[in-house]
Parts: sequence; structure tokens; C-alpha cells
Amino acid sequence: MLQSLFPENASTIAGQVDALFFFMIAVSAFFGILIAVLVVVLSLRYRRRAGTADDVAGEAVHGSTALEVAWTGIPFAIAMVMFYWGASVYMTMSRPPDDAHEIFVVGKQWMWKLQHLEGRREINELHVPIGQPVKLTMTSEDVIHSFYVPAFRLKSDVVPGRYSTLWFEPTKVGTYHLFCAEYCGTEHSLMIGRVIVMEPNDFQAWLSEDPQAVAHGAAAAGSPRERGAGLFAEKGCVTCHKSESSAMGPKLAGIVGRERTFADGSTAVADLAYLRESILNPREKIVAGYEAVMPTFQGQIDEEGLLALIEYIRSLRGEESGDVEGSDG
Amino acid sequence: MDDARPAQRKLVNAMEPGASRTNYLNADYGLKSWLLTRDHKRIAILYLISITLMFLLGSFFAVLIRLELLTPHGDLVQGDTYNKLFTMHGIVMVFFFLVPSIPAVFGNFLLPLMIGARDLAFPRLNLLSWYVYVVGAAFTLWAVITGGVDTGWTFYTPYSTTASHTNVLTTAIGIFITGFSSILTGLNFIVTIHQMRAPGLTWFRLPLFVWAHYATSLIMILGTPVIAITIFLVGIERAFQLGIFDPALGGDPILFQHLFWFYSHPAVYIMILPSMGVVSEIITCFARKRIFGYEFIAVSSLAIALFGFLVWGHHMFTSTQSVYAALIFSVLSFAVAIPSAVKVFNWTATLYRGSISFEAPMLFALGFIGLFTIGGLTGLFLAALGLDVHVHDTYFVVAHFHYIMVGGALMGYLGAVHFWWPKMTGRMYSEWAARVSAVLVFVGFNLTFFPQFVLGYLGMPRRYHVYPDEFQVLNVMSTTGASILGVGYLVPLCYLIWSLWRGPIASANPWRAAGLEWKVASPPPTENFAQTPIVTEEAYSYPVREAEVV
Repeated sequence: MLQSLFPENASTIAGQVDALFFFMIAVSAFFGILIAVLVVVLSLRYRRRAGTADDVAGEAVHGSTALEVAWTGIPFAIAMVMFYWGASVYMTMSRPPDDAHEIFVVGKQWMWKLQHLEGRREINELHVPIGQPVKLTMTSEDVIHSFYVPAFRLKSDVVPGRYSTLWFEPTKVGTYHLFCAEYCGTEHSLMIGRVIVMEPNDFQAWLSEDPQAVAHGAAAAGSPRERGAGLFAEKGCVTCHKSESSAMGPKLAGIVGRERTFADGSTAVADLAYLRESILNPREKIVAGYEAVMPTFQGQIDEEGLLALIEYIRSLRGEESGDVEGSDG
Repeated sequence: MDDARPAQRKLVNAMEPGASRTNYLNADYGLKSWLLTRDHKRIAILYLISITLMFLLGSFFAVLIRLELLTPHGDLVQGDTYNKLFTMHGIVMVFFFLVPSIPAVFGNFLLPLMIGARDLAFPRLNLLSWYVYVVGAAFTLWAVITGGVDTGWTFYTPYSTTASHTNVLTTAIGIFITGFSSILTGLNFIVTIHQMRAPGLTWFRLPLFVWAHYATSLIMILGTPVIAITIFLVGIERAFQLGIFDPALGGDPILFQHLFWFYSHPAVYIMILPSMGVVSEIITCFARKRIFGYEFIAVSSLAIALFGFLVWGHHMFTSTQSVYAALIFSVLSFAVAIPSAVKVFNWTATLYRGSISFEAPMLFALGFIGLFTIGGLTGLFLAALGLDVHVHDTYFVVAHFHYIMVGGALMGYLGAVHFWWPKMTGRMYSEWAARVSAVLVFVGFNLTFFPQFVLGYLGMPRRYHVYPDEFQVLNVMSTTGASILGVGYLVPLCYLIWSLWRGPIASANPWRAAGLEWKVASPPPTENFAQTPIVTEEAYSYPVREAEVV
């Protein structure tokens, strides 16, 4: 019976969420039952007895400052414990470990498209290894969706124009529900899928299967990095963003995670959102020392393409990282 | 005039066989005398009829939703139809029933009576507010009849501005217009409470119902303009492709959520605060005692109104808002729970050493305490960040807000209907039937919504037309409960209407309650008080039996 009242527990965070849940149930049950018992007992104890005139009044017990202080202060203190506990679990949820296995997720009406950086693509299914942190970088092609895996006790909205992240470490091999939790139209309740947690060896074998064998096929073959490299050449990015110091555009090698200084003196760390903005809306932030000459690529590259391009730029570290000059960013 | 209209004379006898005495119901006849009335009591009746019709419409949608969810496969209605059903259920119930319910009916009827005034400060504005409500409701009904709307009552962008192919604009106009009705009512109440209290009626002698309405009115005039602007922006983005919320046009969809919840969270307090006021009145009356901790209950209403404006971000813990914003909204959300807890403790303490009887209004009030307590406690679960991530947008949230808005606000409303019905109509209803309906509502409500907490923690997302088979048992329980709840709502409709013709005549004060409204006849005369009363006592001055504890 109990098993049917609680969802499966299949991630490292799930146990922490459940522990908080049980604590809150205990506290709530205590107060809920306390109130219920008091209401029932007082009502019966002080009910108007038969034969008593109905305008006989109760006794003059009209207030007690000590009681008011107590039942303001004690619930407040308990509430702060709940706040602290909830916040600490949330902080764990919002800080993915650096070594997490990253997967790109694009939501659209009404399907989930997922791509592993190694190249394998999936639709409405997510294969992940047990015992290894996994980080999802997610965006939407149309309206807001929400990636929800109850067995992991995790969800995050998937918002058009933004990148959101969700990380988890599976602890149990199995198949779990994947739901869209943000209402997104006609087939919202069919925008569902499965998360399949595998042994690491099985997962590696699965990853290296021929991508062509994946049932839904892949429009563009290869890993996001390879596809990004293709787009980088095809869209002519390489014409300006090259490593000579005379280049029209800033060098891109190693920029991810670095602080950039702009023409107006402001600064920002070059994260994924910054790269996305710089591709779609390049005039918004002009790196100091460069002209605002880059055209927009709005509408020319889909969300999966943007993620691929960004992944390619992120990969430009290696031999070129030494070339990045402080003045660039 | 009565001599000239023998047919209507007969009706008078039916409505008010207290015979010769004139009251607000028999003072004048004919449709015109109602549609052009400036009497706050008649306007309250106009609202009562309008919101009851909207409640029936909203309930009809709920019936279809619960029937659809009996089976996991989505076999009763299509997905699009289901989406329209839950959207229209929410819109009709929130904007056209719950928000106006107690303020527009009982606030209107009772505020002047409770403070010893002859009417509200602006009687014409009061009538206008009803017409504004009707025009807004007409737009919304038009949207329903011509195909409905499917955005959810929350209108989240960019779905509402770009993707939905339904009557978003018409509905938005309806809600925009209706908002002004709230603003006018709130303004009227605030001025009335400030300016028109009878001599001797100081702020801390006011009934807590008045305090609750004062706090509610503050939220109405400060919050409603924001939802009006937000809905307006949705409308112009949808109509003219101006980039406000749609990222493809350079807008920000999360901005919409901030604006929407800036109103819509405080709106929850618009719905619940008046019910809290009602419960304070009922409990003191049937315990024959002054309320315990009067000042704390009064001030907690204001605290709720204030803090209520600072917690909207707790609807957005999974929306990609910043972690630090989430922390602040979480701690403030825990803080806003405290004044509600203080009220519950004080109501409970009021029972201590009372002389308690259990007429129907008291049963509804005690039911309110139980259901509101569960609703409030489960609100803490949603304020706890790490836990909310799991249960956000699941049936846990659906259960929680129904405990507050139906278990709380609607129980309070039914309590008010039963408590003041004799005052409004001059008739008593069947006490026995009313007690049965109070029990049916309480049992049916819990059976409907308690299983949804479990469903939510199991992970069933809200707004799902088709769901995995393993959730069926709990959904069947929920639908069963809803059937009982439905009967619990229909029974009062029958015996209350029946009481208008056959109910025993009510005396001026059938419950032997304190309060100025019980010192005038039932139904009250049009001018309320022949002579302005002078107040010399605290609220709830039930005669004290023995002063052994002070």
C-alpha cells in the first residue's frame, strides 16, 4: 500500500526531498491534529447544554498576550527550519557538479528532443548511466514546457529564449516517467516519455551504437560539436571570427566562462545565454574594440543548431586557448 | 401604489408577510426599481444572483472535468475540449465567482449595517460596479459560447499570445473589464469604513468582518490594476505582434509570470480574507463570546494584505528565476503563513469556555477551520524550495489551492449565506437540511481533494487530459467525492429558494447575535437605521456570564 502512495526513489536528491517531505508531514500532522482535537473537544466540552437559555453567554476569556506571542513565535521558528531545509535541498539541486555528463534538450509542441554530446539523439526517451551526474541544458522552440521526472523529484521549466539546467545522479536502474509539467496546448498530456537508467557499461554500449539505427533517425549526423563546426563554416562565422589579430570579430577560442568587456564599459561573463544572444542579437553587446558589423542570425538557425554552434564554440579551447588576449574579453 | 397593483400586493405577502412594515425588498417593485437601485442591499442581491449563475456555470465545467478523469484514456472529450474546460472552470470560478463572492454580496449588504451607516459612501459607483461586472461577464460568456478559450486561467505567455487559436482576446477583455468592478468596490469600502462609522464606533470596535473587508479592499485597489495592465499587454501582443512577452519578438515570457502573480497571489487573499471575517462573526455568535485576541485577528488581516504582495515568486520556483530571488520569496512565503496561523489559533481559543451551539452556519465555520488549516499547512510544503520543485504544477498544487479557495473561501461563503440569509430575506430555511448539506460538503470536499495530494506527490501533473493507468484509483476516489460535493451544493440551492416562499418568518435577530446588523428588522428597511446608532461597546459584546477570568 505504501508503495502506491509514494513515487519511486531513483536519484541522489530524491531521498533528500522525501526526508523533507516526511518532516513537513510530521509537523503538519501534529498541528492539524492539534487543531482538530481542540476544535472537537472544546466544542463538545463547552456545548450549550439542554435546558440552557440560548442567550446565556460564554465566559469572559478574551485574550492572552503570552499565548499570542507563543503561537506567533513557535510556528515562525518551525517555519524557518522548514525554509532552511528546503533552501539547502534547492541549492544542491541548482548547482550541477563540474564533471556532469551533459545532454542537450529541446522541447517543442509536443515532443522532447534530446542529444548526447557524443552524438546520439533521442526523442521522448532519455538514456542515462547510473551513478554518474547528468546535466541537462534545455530550451524550447515554441512555448514554455517543463521537464519533470517524478522518480528523481526534479523538474525545470523549459523556456523559449533561455537555457535552463537540471542535474541529477540516478541511483537505480529502471524506466521512469518523463512528463511535461507546464501546460503547452492540445497534446500537453501526451508530451511524455521515459527516462531509462542503465548500468554504465550498457550505457556506453548504447551510446556507441550506430546513430542511424536510432528509430527516429537523425537529420544531421554526428555530435553537436561536428554539426556546430559545419554551421560555423556554412554560415560564414569563420570569415570574421578567426585567430589573426586583424580579424573583424573577436576570437572565440576559450571565451566560455570568461568575462567580456563591452564598448559601453559594462562587462558580462560569456555563458551559453550570452553566446546565444550574440548570435541572434549581435548588436546588443559589442565587445570593446570591435565594430558593430555582425548581422543577426535570427530565424536562420533552429534551437538545436544554436546549441550545436555553441557547443562547437565551447570546444574551441585546446591549441587556440593560449591565443586569447586579455583585451578581447 | 400597492392598491393599484393587486397582483404584486400578493407577492409582497409572499415575500414579507411581516405585512405592514416596509423593507428594502418591498419598498418598491418592478424591474426598473432593481436595475436602477442605489440601495447597497439590493445591489448585493443583484450580485448574489449573478455570481450564483456563474458558480453554476463553473461547476458544470468541473463536473465534465471530473467525469473525463474517471478513466485514464481521455475518452469523454478531446484534448482541446478538456483544455478549454479547465481553463473556463478556472476563469469563471476565480474572476467571476470567488473574487466578487463575499465582498460584493455580503460586504455590500453588511458593511453599512455593521457600521451604522445608511449606505456605502458612493451608492451610484456601487451600482456601476455591478454593471461593469455584468459587462465583463458577458464578454467572457460570449467567449465561452463562441468556442471557449484554452490558455489556462493563468494565461501563460507565449502560449496565450502566439500559440493558442481560441478566444483569448474576448476573454481577456472580459477579465480586464471585470477588474474595474473590483476596484470600484474596494474603493467604496475603504472610503465607507473611514468616513461613515457611527459615533463611538472606533477602529478597534469594528466587527472583524469589517477589518477583513478593509484589508481585502486594499488588495483590490492596489493589485487589480496590475492584472488589468498585464491582460491588456497580452491582448496587444496577441493583436498587434508587439514584442512584450514573446521571445521571438524580443520579449520575455517570464516577465508575464511576474506581473500575473503580482496580482494573482494577493488575489488568493481577496478570496480568503472575507471568509476569515465571516468565520470570526459566526464563531463568536455561536460560542456566545467575544473573540479571543481581537486585535491580533484584526492586525493579522492587514499583515496578510501586506505580506501577500511580497510572495508572488513562489509560483515561479521552477521557472528559471534566480536562485537568490527564490530564497527571498521562499522565506517571505513562510512568513505570510504566520498571520493565518494566528487566526486559526484565536478562533480555536474562542471556543474555550463558550456556550456553543451547532446551527448550520457554525458547522460551515468549523468546517472552514478544518479545511483551511489543511490548505494552509500544505502551503508550507509549496513554500519549501526543494520540495516545491517536485510538487510544483502537479495535483498537489491543485489540491492545495482548492483547500484554500473552495475548502476555505467557499465554506466561508456558505457560512455567510446561512448566517445572514434570515437577515437578507426575512425567512428561515430548514435547519435540518442545512446541517445535512454542511456535512455533505465537508465530507465530499475531503474525498475529492485529499486524494489529489497523494496524486501530486506521486507525480501526476496538472492539466492532464490523459494520464498513466496507475493514477486511476485516486482519480476515481476524487470523482466520487466530487459527486457528493455536488449534491452538497445543490441541496442548499433547493431549500434556500424554497424558504423564500415557505420558510418561517425570521425575527430581527434569530441567532441572538451581537452586531448592529441584528438590531434592525429582517429584512432591513431601505434606510437601514431610522436613527444613527451610537456605539458604546466593543464588538461581540455578548453578556458576560461570570468574570472569573479576564
